[in-house]
Amino acid sequence: MGFSFSAFSYITALIGDAFLIFFAIFHTISFDELKTDYKNPIDSCNSLNPLVLPEYLLHILINIIFLIAGEWLSVCLNLPLIGYHIWRYKNRPQGMSGPGLYDPTNIMNSDTLSKAMKEGWIKLGVYLLSFFYYLYGMISSLIAA
Amino acid sequence: MPSSNSDQTLLNNNNNSNLKPLGIQKRPMYPQQTPMPMAQPMMNATQQLTQIQPNQQLNSFPGVQQNIQQQPQLQQHPKENLQHENFSQQQQLSSSMKNLTLNNSNFPLQMPSSKSDQNLLNNNNNNSNGFTLGIQKRPMYPQQTPLPIAQPMMNPTPTQFQQQLQPNQQINSFPGVQQQPLLQQQPRENLQHENFPQQQPQMSASMKNLTLNNSVVPNLPLQMPSSKSDQNLLNNNNNVKPLGMQKRPMYPQQIPMPMAQPMMNATQQPTQFQQQLQPNQQFNSFPGVQQNIQQQPRGNLQYQNFPQQPQQQPNVVHQGFNQIWGRETIDLMQNRHILPQTKVTPPPIKLNHQFHEATNCSSDIFRCTLTKIPESNSLLQKSRLPLGILIHPYRDLSNLPVISCSTIVRCRVCRTYINPFVFFVDSKKWKCNLCYRINELPEEFQYDPVSKTYGDPTRRPEIRSSTIEFIAPSEYMLRPPQPAVYLFVLDVSSLAQQSGYLDVVCQTIQEQLDNLPGDARTQVGFIAFNSAVHFYNIAENFNQPHEITVLEVDDVFLPCPDNLLVNLKECRELINDLLQQLPKRFANEHDNQSALGAALQAAFKLMSPTGGRVSVFQTCLPNYGPGALQSREDPNNRSSKDVQHLGPATDFYKRLALDCSGQQIAVDLFLLNSQYSDLSTLSGISKFSGGAIHHFPLFNINKPQQVTEFQRALTRYLTRKIGFESVMRVRCTRGLSIHTFHGNFFVRSTDLLSLPNVNPDAGFAMQITYEESLADVKTVCFQAALLYTSSKAERRIRVHTLCLPVTESLTEVMHSADQQCIIGLLAKMAVDRSLSSNISDARDVFINATVDVFSAFKIAQNLPSGASGLIAPQNLALFPLYILALLKQMAFRTGTSTRLDDRVFAMCQMKSLPLDQLIRYIYPDFYLLDPLFTEEGDKVDPPRLQLSAERLDSRSIFLLDNGVNIYIYVGSNTNPSVIKNVFGKNSVNEIPDVCYSLPNLETPSSESLQEFINTLNEEKPYNATIQIIRDTSPCRNLFVQHFVDDRNENSLSYYEFLQHLRTQVK
Repeated sequence: MGFSFSAFSYITALIGDAFLIFFAIFHTISFDELKTDYKNPIDSCNSLNPLVLPEYLLHILINIIFLIAGEWLSVCLNLPLIGYHIWRYKNRPQGMSGPGLYDPTNIMNSDTLSKAMKEGWIKLGVYLLSFFYYLYGMISSLIAA
Repeated sequence: MPSSNSDQTLLNNNNNSNLKPLGIQKRPMYPQQTPMPMAQPMMNATQQLTQIQPNQQLNSFPGVQQNIQQQPQLQQHPKENLQHENFSQQQQLSSSMKNLTLNNSNFPLQMPSSKSDQNLLNNNNNNSNGFTLGIQKRPMYPQQTPLPIAQPMMNPTPTQFQQQLQPNQQINSFPGVQQQPLLQQQPRENLQHENFPQQQPQMSASMKNLTLNNSVVPNLPLQMPSSKSDQNLLNNNNNVKPLGMQKRPMYPQQIPMPMAQPMMNATQQPTQFQQQLQPNQQFNSFPGVQQNIQQQPRGNLQYQNFPQQPQQQPNVVHQGFNQIWGRETIDLMQNRHILPQTKVTPPPIKLNHQFHEATNCSSDIFRCTLTKIPESNSLLQKSRLPLGILIHPYRDLSNLPVISCSTIVRCRVCRTYINPFVFFVDSKKWKCNLCYRINELPEEFQYDPVSKTYGDPTRRPEIRSSTIEFIAPSEYMLRPPQPAVYLFVLDVSSLAQQSGYLDVVCQTIQEQLDNLPGDARTQVGFIAFNSAVHFYNIAENFNQPHEITVLEVDDVFLPCPDNLLVNLKECRELINDLLQQLPKRFANEHDNQSALGAALQAAFKLMSPTGGRVSVFQTCLPNYGPGALQSREDPNNRSSKDVQHLGPATDFYKRLALDCSGQQIAVDLFLLNSQYSDLSTLSGISKFSGGAIHHFPLFNINKPQQVTEFQRALTRYLTRKIGFESVMRVRCTRGLSIHTFHGNFFVRSTDLLSLPNVNPDAGFAMQITYEESLADVKTVCFQAALLYTSSKAERRIRVHTLCLPVTESLTEVMHSADQQCIIGLLAKMAVDRSLSSNISDARDVFINATVDVFSAFKIAQNLPSGASGLIAPQNLALFPLYILALLKQMAFRTGTSTRLDDRVFAMCQMKSLPLDQLIRYIYPDFYLLDPLFTEEGDKVDPPRLQLSAERLDSRSIFLLDNGVNIYIYVGSNTNPSVIKNVFGKNSVNEIPDVCYSLPNLETPSSESLQEFINTLNEEKPYNATIQIIRDTSPCRNLFVQHFVDDRNENSLSYYEFLQHLRTQVK
């Protein structure tokens, strides 16, 4: 029984995806706290902003590994999300000097907040689904090998 | 001296700031500018002009009058009652139909059973005045059923009835079809014209018979194609109608209910239709006798009788409903001079009987864009009006009830303060009007502090007044109340020396030191900055202030731990010394660098332990140290349509402002620049710390009127009330929530604004959204509570409560809109849009909003699609006028050369001015002064005029008041005696070109003018500067530029704008 590179890619993706799920959960919790008035938006943004780029990079890293392993289907499934990430970061609030997406002065705007909330939930769903997909991919590539 | 190390960082900084703007420029994600929205319309408008002419003739009725009667308040109408009415109506119907012996196969099917009648009513009820009926489910379009009822009345001949009956669509489109009692029309755009050819001959015949008191009427049939004339025809038709019903008892006596009802049901629709369509109601112009007839469930109906036509049954029902609905509409195309001569007031808020006596919050303090709240989001969307509240919470008030008590009564759950709109379940319990929870009433609330007796809780001041101030007990303090701390940060760079502002500031501060609000603990400090930061140690034991200079601006530190902020009372002498020395101190230094960022950081460090107010005076672009900026404005681009650099170049100032806000420090910015200073970036420091922004462009000490204006503004700024470490929470009734905030503050949670300082000249706005439907409530309340520390170290809470009725009718929503408030909110929303997108989008927002509102009104009123006029409810008549003024306002205008800083400042003003000042800023008050100078008779107030040069007259004197300046414009042919009396000059030509003062003469004319100017000044934070302008003077343009109703090279005139709107309104 060999241990193919594609199996390895799925295993890394699984681990990476677990982290992504954590990130998504953390986002949703933070926004919920903001909504229910438990937290100061400055603190929230300060804790969320440093996590945005690592999340994006981790997601891209997973896909690079897929690319190397030649798992085209997995890459294609992830492309929309990569595209969305790039678009999202390009359209971040003007004049932010640090990394990140969230500006404490407009995060409390209920449009922005509900959008961020929705984004968090949808991403959580996507990561969960892809978690099971990677699990399936890992098993099937192990069996195939 | 900067070490080489700091030089390095400085370079880095510069690099950063070099790069950053580029990074922003490279993000043109936004849609390319759409071709200028105004240009196209202009073309259209001129074309339109010719097309319109014939219609205009038509519409100009002689003796048209507007119906200005207020509608009486209506009560909810029980459903049972309604059914009863329908039933009787039915009987009536069937008998009338028998008489007519109709030969219509549809007829039996359409015979309404009482059940279907009810349905029908429900159906017809859509989008209209359901509140009379209490019907809630309202499917969209009317069915055909009602036809037999209306038809016989409209057209006494059966043949014609048939003709019209056959095509179903015609039936629906017929104005008389709908029979909902007291209900308004459906949208039925098409088909009205189709009906008319059939009616025409008959109507014209009957009109002749009737000898109507209207000269236009005989011409009408010829003018058929215009929809306006359609309406006129209908009018006549209505007059005819009663002929077919002569057996009915004669009105205007009291009518027995069952008889009256069917009449109304059948005939009111067309009437109502016209009433709303056509402001120029013919009936009103009859010298008719008015009689009031009480009709029980309905409230007051007014009937009019026409003495000219005794044989005809006067169309009582028309008149009654005209009065009841009394929704005056106005055709803007016909009434170009629509500005009322007196102050524009918001529509009154009419609460139902439960709160009839409760006084609502003053409209100066708290205003909602709609004085009746739509019951659901979909209804709001139909009206196309923005929903939001504008609040001026810390306004200077003359009689404010202040209460000191140990427990402040608040709702246990939502923490609402008790207010006049709560419901007392019994004498021990009250029901919260925001979350509907029942709360206990504490014992002491039974005690009335005024009469010093126990008993009725409704006598408490909390229940009596909807604006109230509590002196808060200690649980409202996180720390002991802070002292009043004022820090002045003064720019002393070479540009500052050139402008000479420092003399004025130091002198004014010195004069006003005693008037600074505060108590014995008040502290004051000064920081000056150029390329270095200069601190002033004013310790008591010194005999003169010591200056400590920190050259290390990249990492600024406080050179000594204390005595930089000193007690005002104890160090009064030293402070006076300092203020005298300061202007001369830097006079010989030519340092053209400005390290504002470092100075602000130092101020932040200095103030952090206490919090307080930092007043920054800046004259140039900060170009050194942290927060250094580059000039971004291209002077050649000032009139371009694509305005760039409205957003900040760096978030340094914003982040600093957030830090300040966390430490309860507010930064107020006075920008006295002579060149571009990037206010869009600098304003961040005030915007997010609850500060105020003042702008005096091109300030120079050699311009006396600028100095006076600056002095007045500064004096007001120094002496006005101030609240420290404050927060404002805005609560609203369950079902609504706050969506977006506008103003200068930091939003700390969904309904909480952090305002390190609050001042009496700051206004705020909130947009409101629906979370759930309001169908089951009758009123909606908003409560704003401002918690602050007064300058006397008292913790106080100022609570404002606004209560508004809920309505389910679109027409009511439209007729309850508060145009000034809407303009205020739209201006703020457009500023946001300009920043997030671009100016052209913001301009589109204005035009689209106007078009949408008028289109929605057209649908609500069921006007035909081709109507020639631009029909608006009376309460929105000024809407296009203000919108046009906004489009030409400095903040949003394109094509006219505008300095970027001026534009950004105008935007800041839009966001933070209280509504009354904002309206004057957008649309200055323009008065004809002649009535003040009349020799004989009673003096009347000068009339307000629209801002158009056509109102100018070389024989008169005019006054224009834009809030900051008052211009008095003297025509060259003014009566010399008036000139003598008012200006003390023999002729107009003796008035100098530049004249900033009004002589104090002891003539009645001069005195009454002074008095008038004083009344104008009373409404302002500080007195306006006066400038007198001859009509031949070279500075005439100062005056003429405010004429926003007129056309200029790249914008429309008011009438052209209306034409453009008319073509856009669907």
